[in-house]
Amino acid sequence: MTSVQLEVLLQTIISGIFLGGLYALLAIGMTLIMGVMKIINLAHGELMMVGMYIAYALFSFFKIDPYIAVFIAAPVLFGLGVLLQKFLINPVMKVDSILPENQVILTVGIGMVLANLATIFFSSDYRSTPVTYATKAWYISDFWKDSPLELSISLPWSVSFFFAILITAVLWFFLTKTDLGKSIRATAQDNDAALLMGVNVMRMRMLTFGLGSSLVGAAGCLFLPIYYLFPDIGGQFTLIAFVITILGGLGSTVGAILGGLVLGVFESLTATYVGMGWAPVGRFIIFIAVLIFIPGGIVSLFKK
Amino acid sequence: MFYGDVQVVWDVSFSVGRGEIAALIGANGAGKSTILKTISGIVKPAGGKIIFDGKEIQHIEPYELIETGLAHVPEARRLFVEMTAEENLDMGSLKGNAKKMRADSKAMVFELFPRLKERRNQLAGTLSGGEQQMLAIGRGLMSKPTLIMFDEPSLGLAPILVRDIFAVIKKVRAEGTTVLIVEQNVKQTLAIADRAYVLATGKLVMEGTGASLLDDEHVKTAYLGV
Repeated sequence: MTSVQLEVLLQTIISGIFLGGLYALLAIGMTLIMGVMKIINLAHGELMMVGMYIAYALFSFFKIDPYIAVFIAAPVLFGLGVLLQKFLINPVMKVDSILPENQVILTVGIGMVLANLATIFFSSDYRSTPVTYATKAWYISDFWKDSPLELSISLPWSVSFFFAILITAVLWFFLTKTDLGKSIRATAQDNDAALLMGVNVMRMRMLTFGLGSSLVGAAGCLFLPIYYLFPDIGGQFTLIAFVITILGGLGSTVGAILGGLVLGVFESLTATYVGMGWAPVGRFIIFIAVLIFIPGGIVSLFKK
Repeated sequence: MFYGDVQVVWDVSFSVGRGEIAALIGANGAGKSTILKTISGIVKPAGGKIIFDGKEIQHIEPYELIETGLAHVPEARRLFVEMTAEENLDMGSLKGNAKKMRADSKAMVFELFPRLKERRNQLAGTLSGGEQQMLAIGRGLMSKPTLIMFDEPSLGLAPILVRDIFAVIKKVRAEGTTVLIVEQNVKQTLAIADRAYVLATGKLVMEGTGASLLDDEHVKTAYLGV
């Protein structure tokens, strides 16, 4: 392997890890909702799209940077998630005769409505936020003059990745160190036992849906300096989050992080060595391979 | 009381005196667990009253009951298996006074079950059956209850551990907590019970002190196999 080939490989892996960090944030929200409510939220990508439009609007009208917009979009999405859970999903969950699949179909409907509302308000044009740092990058030779390899790290990608890690760390602290966070985990593990401990399970469901929505809304803001935005962007991200949730193991936060990183690196490798357009194909090869060979997801491998 | 669409408990009326160990015994499927689940609000009664400490509690939301001083150690332990032993204990003391007393209560539980102290950082799902039962009892005690309900605490345990669990239950009562226990292990339960009720296919058929039921011919043939 020549040094150029090595550079390409390392560069690809680095990009993959950055992409994976954002994917992880996307999937953690879905897996939290999955764990507590036992439903796949198929409006997840659309909620991310809402977060992106909030950041886009803040940038266009008030010149607010997308990274600052995280702190506005996340609380707004939290509220939206709570309302969706309270007034749409909960009433359907309460009816015994309706199959769990119907709640999932309801989330598909919510996703469609959100995408169409975005089209009404923002039209279907492609949007972007022309931030000044969009094409800036760090080069390894800036820090280490005699480096045998030349690698570059895109500024927006690295800042987004840093934010994703920070948000994940705060979430981890919340879930493991606070009573409220523990109550959410307890509800996911055993609904009735949590009730006996005095946990208001209904409130935990609203809180979890809000939390999952705010995480994916934050992910949307972090993607905005990197991706084009249009109303139908959500669907592909719902699929990505779904693939990662299966890959990591349903309901597992650690699994979502590992799954996100694996998928990010795999997609990046596919894009470099097979072709840009093949990344979604790689995604589904992983999806099917996981279902066949490790149906419990990555976390099930550690339990053996 | 109904369970799903099938009525499994009919016109059951019984009481537990302060400071007592009261027992509900009966065969599998007699409705014992359903009664406990109804008291703690997991199953909604079709009618009737549940009075605890002078107040009707059948309308209280299940997640608010623990604050009235009622704890329920459920059948099959129902631990939070992906959480550590210590986190499970934390979950038992989420509300009000119990939360303030958490450190003290934990010390008390660890004194009662030194094994749990050794395993405090282990995931509950990886503990042995006996340790899991200790943890379930400990988690119940963390709420500082005035009445604690045990549903089949001896289920699936080796005889020596069963003896330990019953010793702990006596100790819990000795420290001032009223106990309501549901068991299929009739002999050992009656031996520690002040008052006992026999349930058969959803109806109360007998009641008396633990000792008197232990001598009863019907109980002997039906439940003790003597």
